[in-house]
Amino acid sequence: MTILAIDDLRVHFDRRRTRLHAVRGVSLEVAAAECVGIVGESGSGKTQMFMAAMGLLAPGAEAAGSVRFEGTELLGAKAAALNRVRGSRLAMVFQDPMTSLTPHLTVGSQLSEVLVTHAGVSWPSAESGALRMLERVRVPEARRRLRQYPHELSGGLRQRVMIGMALLCDPALLIADEPTTALDVTVQSQVMDLLRSMRREIGMAVVLISHDLGVVAGLADRIVVMYAGRIVESGTAGDILERALHPYTAALLQCVPNLHGPRLHRMPSLPGQPPDPGTDAPGCAFAPRCAHVTQRCKAERPSLQIGPSAHAVACHYPLPA
Amino acid sequence: MSAALLSVRDLRVRFGDVEAVKGVSLDLNGGETLGLVGESGSGKSTLARAILRLVPVSAGELLWRGEDMRACVGSELRRRRRDLQIVFQDPLASLDPRMSVGEILAEPLRIFEPRQAAAERRGLVGEMLERVGLSADMAARHPHEFSGGQCQRIGIARAMMLRPALLICDEPVSSLDVSVQGQIVNLLGDLQREFGMSMLFISHNLAVVRHVSHRVAVIFRGRLVETADRDTLFAAPAHPYTRALLAAVPDPKRPWTAAEPSVVEEAVVPPGSGCPYRDRCAYAAPACRESVPALEAVAPGHRAACHRWREVVYS
Repeated sequence: MTILAIDDLRVHFDRRRTRLHAVRGVSLEVAAAECVGIVGESGSGKTQMFMAAMGLLAPGAEAAGSVRFEGTELLGAKAAALNRVRGSRLAMVFQDPMTSLTPHLTVGSQLSEVLVTHAGVSWPSAESGALRMLERVRVPEARRRLRQYPHELSGGLRQRVMIGMALLCDPALLIADEPTTALDVTVQSQVMDLLRSMRREIGMAVVLISHDLGVVAGLADRIVVMYAGRIVESGTAGDILERALHPYTAALLQCVPNLHGPRLHRMPSLPGQPPDPGTDAPGCAFAPRCAHVTQRCKAERPSLQIGPSAHAVACHYPLPA
Repeated sequence: MSAALLSVRDLRVRFGDVEAVKGVSLDLNGGETLGLVGESGSGKSTLARAILRLVPVSAGELLWRGEDMRACVGSELRRRRRDLQIVFQDPLASLDPRMSVGEILAEPLRIFEPRQAAAERRGLVGEMLERVGLSADMAARHPHEFSGGQCQRIGIARAMMLRPALLICDEPVSSLDVSVQGQIVNLLGDLQREFGMSMLFISHNLAVVRHVSHRVAVIFRGRLVETADRDTLFAAPAHPYTRALLAAVPDPKRPWTAAEPSVVEEAVVPPGSGCPYRDRCAYAAPACRESVPALEAVAPGHRAACHRWREVVYS
């Protein structure tokens, strides 16, 4: 069953005289209880796509297309309608837990407020609900933490609190945007562990947004690779990690620094930059950085071709699988 | 044997009641890269700032080519700082948004070479921009016009303007896309081959450190817990914390295994005088509650501070 259906979503910003295209026509479905990883570099549109879905675009941004969550159109919906799903059925965790928690409220009151607002429970029972949630997300000394302020917690604990807050109302879908990027590798693996076990416990769907395929690989059932506002490849985690068809996906996989295999003289990287969001060249957006580029790639944009087993790629010359 | 470029001896840094660096000793030789690995709050950035004399040292020695740096004050300290430069984690935040890139790169020259002609300075700025993979005509632009990776190139160019003998890189790639991390790491390696500076490369990710370092030091809660040459550290880590750091590196080719599955980070710092890692350690034994383990030789050039390193190595 599909719970989130994005159809031909477009997001642009108007800056002075230029129009910046962040998302250039993306269609995507997320099924109940499924984890979809969204991978791409800064500026690929991966975050803006879901900010549009949540009604959280910055002023000056406009979205077109359709985003339906559990059958309800979210794009252009009134704030009151959005607030009924946001924070309860549809929850989001951001990269920086320090800026997404309110600095002048204790952890306990921020968590309780969610339950009072969305579940309509009384403050005293909300407080015990908050305590139970902190214990579920394995925050040590949960009772003491309730009375602390965000700045008194480490980055890893703050992210646990954020995840706990997102899960308070048993969401059907959790959108996690770079949830571990600001954290140490050891803490990162603990937070990913937590997401994995909470997903099992609650049975929610998860959209995991990251620039690092290594992080996404640990949780996602399906992976969508974005470049310059478009999907360039999507498939099962196995398809993407073991049988990548798009040269961009293959390059991203190469770039994840790893400990196994020989130590290379030079660390793999992807030369060049993503294209300027203010321009729209006719060909493949990845062509200027692609090792396999031809004349055709510069002239004609490849469309997303869906192959057998739903492994899709937008490339004139996909790599041999 | 000639003296090391930098020798840190039993260095301590205290902020009020908190001792951030608890007696660290390390040597850095000319042209060498030492990787310094640890988590947030381990004291790795404080150690770097103490070496730069940006935070006061409470105790211990800092020797620069065998001379005591702590005795350096005033104009002598200023001259010394010319040899020691730093690249920060957040490339955009470390560049003044109101200055053009050209002004940012010229500033160290203006300070240390005040009599240099403006045209000569502009020439050097242009050369350095080209050297770090940007172009000389970008000097007129401002930091916000650049991507994160390009800003980090600018930060590196600024640090290299005075040809330092030691470049401290504090998490230089942690806030960059994985696709760009390699570009920056390779650039630092190229600059080292060309200019021969030593590097102290601070990171929490051992997979990145593996690419740049000749030797690696692992720091935990203000103390060094393991040091070895690169290949030894990755092939035969002797401290359980080093093993946890290695296990935590995400790898799309391998299913994820949790580093320390049952333990949440900073499960209350254990009081008393035992090993600071014991509450997170799979090898902890009664002896670990008794005393803080000192660094012991595991093999020539390889030292670990663990009461049970033999069990760890032979497990």
